[in-house]
Amino acid sequence: MPALMPAAVPAAFEAVTVDYVAVLPMLIVVGGALVGVLVEAFAPRAHRHTIQVWLTPLTLLAALVSLVLWSREHQAVTLGGSVAIDPVALFLQGTLLGLAVIGVLVMAERFGGVGSDAFTPMGASTPGSSQEDAATRAGYATSEVFPLSLFAVLGMMVFVAANDLITLFVGLEVLSLPLYVMTGLARRRRLLSQEGALKYFLLGAFSSAFFLFGAALLFGYAGSSDLKEISRAITTNSGDLDGLLLPGVVLTLVGLLFKVGAVPFHSWTPDAYQGAPTPVTGFMAACTKLAAFGAILRLTYVGIGPDRWDWQFGVVAIAILTMVVGAVLSVTQTDVKRLLAYSSVAHAGFILVGVLAFSQAAIGGVMFYLLAYGAATIAAFAIVTMVRQDGSEASHLSQWAGLGRRHPVVAGVFAFLLLAFAGIPLTSGFTAKFAAFAPAVQSGTTGVVMVVVGVLASAVTAFVYVRLIVLMYFTDPVEGVVALQPSVPSTIAITLGVLVTLVAGVAPAWILQLAGDASTFLL
Amino acid sequence: MNSLPLLTLMMVVPVLGALVVAVLPAGSARLARPVALGASLLTLALAVAAWVAFDTGSDAVFQLTETHSWIPQFGVSYGLGVDGIALALIVMAAVLTPVCLLAAWNDVPAQETGSLKRYFALMLVLEAFMVGVFAATDVFLFYVFFEAMLIPVYFLIGLYGGPQRQYAAMKFLLFSLAGGLVMLVSVIAVYFAGPGGSDGFLVQNLMGNLDGSTGALRWMFVGFFVAFAVKAPMWPVHTWLPDAATESRPATAVLLVGVLDKVGTYGMIRFCLQLFPEASHWATPVVITLAVVSVVYGALLAIGQTDMMRLIAFTSVSHFGFIVLGIFAMTSVGGAGSTLYMVNHGFSTAGLFLVAGFLVARHGSKRIPDYGGWQRVTPVLAGTFLVAGLSSLALPGLSSFVSEFLVLQGTFMRYKVAAVIAALGIVLAALYVLLMYQRVMTGPKPAFVDGESPHDLSARERWVVAPIIVSFLVLGVFPKPVLDLVNPAVDKTLQIVGVTDPAPTEASGSAQ
Repeated sequence: MPALMPAAVPAAFEAVTVDYVAVLPMLIVVGGALVGVLVEAFAPRAHRHTIQVWLTPLTLLAALVSLVLWSREHQAVTLGGSVAIDPVALFLQGTLLGLAVIGVLVMAERFGGVGSDAFTPMGASTPGSSQEDAATRAGYATSEVFPLSLFAVLGMMVFVAANDLITLFVGLEVLSLPLYVMTGLARRRRLLSQEGALKYFLLGAFSSAFFLFGAALLFGYAGSSDLKEISRAITTNSGDLDGLLLPGVVLTLVGLLFKVGAVPFHSWTPDAYQGAPTPVTGFMAACTKLAAFGAILRLTYVGIGPDRWDWQFGVVAIAILTMVVGAVLSVTQTDVKRLLAYSSVAHAGFILVGVLAFSQAAIGGVMFYLLAYGAATIAAFAIVTMVRQDGSEASHLSQWAGLGRRHPVVAGVFAFLLLAFAGIPLTSGFTAKFAAFAPAVQSGTTGVVMVVVGVLASAVTAFVYVRLIVLMYFTDPVEGVVALQPSVPSTIAITLGVLVTLVAGVAPAWILQLAGDASTFLL
Repeated sequence: MNSLPLLTLMMVVPVLGALVVAVLPAGSARLARPVALGASLLTLALAVAAWVAFDTGSDAVFQLTETHSWIPQFGVSYGLGVDGIALALIVMAAVLTPVCLLAAWNDVPAQETGSLKRYFALMLVLEAFMVGVFAATDVFLFYVFFEAMLIPVYFLIGLYGGPQRQYAAMKFLLFSLAGGLVMLVSVIAVYFAGPGGSDGFLVQNLMGNLDGSTGALRWMFVGFFVAFAVKAPMWPVHTWLPDAATESRPATAVLLVGVLDKVGTYGMIRFCLQLFPEASHWATPVVITLAVVSVVYGALLAIGQTDMMRLIAFTSVSHFGFIVLGIFAMTSVGGAGSTLYMVNHGFSTAGLFLVAGFLVARHGSKRIPDYGGWQRVTPVLAGTFLVAGLSSLALPGLSSFVSEFLVLQGTFMRYKVAAVIAALGIVLAALYVLLMYQRVMTGPKPAFVDGESPHDLSARERWVVAPIIVSFLVLGVFPKPVLDLVNPAVDKTLQIVGVTDPAPTEASGSAQ
């Protein structure tokens, strides 16, 4: 069996060449994360929050600036072929960094408290215990969420640039592990939070195992974990090991589709979204989805694309199922976070429709969708954190009744974001849907069928969002529900999110151009 | 061509007006009403200017065109332009908006400053979208306006309507959105069937340039038609209209039924016929059947209504049936009749809704059995109500007669059975209008509980009704200006569809 022992195995260990400028943004993020850990260890407790709130966004911005200024000129497949800093990776990494800045700013919200409002003062304490009270009284705060989110961002950046299955797996784990921890750190309803974290962790571990098993099978098939080699093997292999290919493809795809929350691998989404501290939910919804779709794009377009006639219909079925299930189940939700969770499931389906078009326009469309959806999502969850009853988040839909009467600006912004999710023209949601659906229509009958299902599912989700708007504007207010005054960082975050949503809806030409120009993979 | 971007200005003025209204300080919120009225009158002036600048003899498909690149990646331009049909509808919208604003003067109490400002701002925003949707020459831009329009209407119904307003608003939105989203698939497909490029969504580039299998083009046609049928509204997707019309304020109902629903029939001409001539022929039997069903069904249900607003809504279902019939009869007479009907129906519906609204404002009930003998109390109101009703039932000498006659004549040239059945609609129209008048206005003088009989039409209300009645008379006796405006466009449409009128000898032969 010659393919099992690839000819390219080097005789002796050779150090790989690294294009440091190309990977500079990732290095900056990891550097910032390490400094953040040191701050946790050595800085006085009273100053940690402030230091982290400055350090983390600045790290992300520095990475973004270096990406725009230098890495763009240094596109390369580097680190021994395991990382591809190509236009797609750069666009996705840049978007990721931008979204992460917004997400981190939301996490910084204190609402006048000591530490971040959303996070428990002490993650290790038993919920409701005297230890927890003591930690609160002592002014503890979990400011380690900031380095954790930087690590997660690092994993995501690796994920979208990974050019071989091993690196892809490393990225997957680096992005997932911090998120599992962050999910369990909610200040209020801690049991729900820990339950969500546990579910997320267990199912995530399963999906990682699936992915790893699939990667092993693909390695067995192609004799390499390099995506390009796998692609080449599919076109040239004579058929000895064909039995490994399809199981390998299916298992790796399961691992990735789990991360985007596609049906039937979505069952963690509502629980994790509801349980996680709301700023983390926003961060997770926007950035994890972006990273996972980046990986799916690369795996399917660069790696297993030549074999797509074998697996495409399975993914088409998943896309249709995802849209329908996400849309229909969002109708029955009574919690705003679970509602947004199911809507994110539906959106994953819409994005999959774009992915399955298999054209260059589709890459640009999907990337635009991820950007638009991410910005709107983080801002929407940021607003969810502000609406309170008796100090805790008023996430039950009935508590949102009449919000528009009491807080017209907050409700107005939220309504605008909901309209964007619904895909009403002049918001980013519409442009994004158009960008993802147009290539699908062009791709042929299957694409058209998916798009028809997609628009019908959109109509269903629109009903859900509009019902929420109705609730906010047309019903009488609930006593005691207030929208807290956001601090400067989260105001900036929400403003940015809304601005992106508006610009991508009204004057999207330049963003589309950017995404379109960036829609090539470097092989 | 005119160097002034008149069409854009007609959108900018109301939007600016809306902004001014929205930012008025609470102390001077009363100014919202005159400011809104001023903005809408200025828009009307611009519409008149556009009419003057429009050259009816020109060969160009669109005039007053403005084209700017908007999203070249999608092939989308900001393309505006009008042909005679679009201009006629825009002018109608521009006339009806100030009338409606004046009618809505006291809909919201002046003390509720925020509510008052929002009401008038929404109306103005709606006017801008109405101009945009008729003026768009880019399919994508049309779609954007088509969908964006739903939002102000939704709030106008949902915030300011009657007791069932939320249900009605949601039903309206879901029907329109579902239809619109189906159209979106066709909108995307049209681009790929067309020549493509950075301005591939312009109607001028798409017309006659669609490349695709017959089946594919027919599916695209269906996508467009479903959206327009919901909007128009045709049986069996009309069920949202009665609820929306009865729950919204009369002024909103006028804009909704009188203007917005015209987007459906206008879209049928602009997109269904002009882009998909073959598919239009293919679909004609079904469409004609649906139209005839709408005519008779709408009229029958109107007779059975006890709610005045619902009754008027069902008359509109019937009238829209006539309009669609004329469009798909594909004769120049029918086409011209339909287009004229769109304008006339706008005014006659406005008359009915607004006068009925005045009545409801006095007595607080929409139920017909709650009335009786009101002509003895409010003679002027009763008179205007009768005139509006007579126009709706197409009394000769009033505007609707001309258009209904043209539609039936045009249909008869090609589809005799359909025309004969549809003519029943006219008989039924006499029933529903006159029965309503009889039950509401005639009879013994009503006794009022508080002993104080209601006032007749105030000066403001007379100003509302006057332009509408003038339009009945002018268009009824001298429809030539409008016909001159629309005829070239109708002929052009038929030329694109590739049909010629049946030979006149045949027509005169059958008339013996």
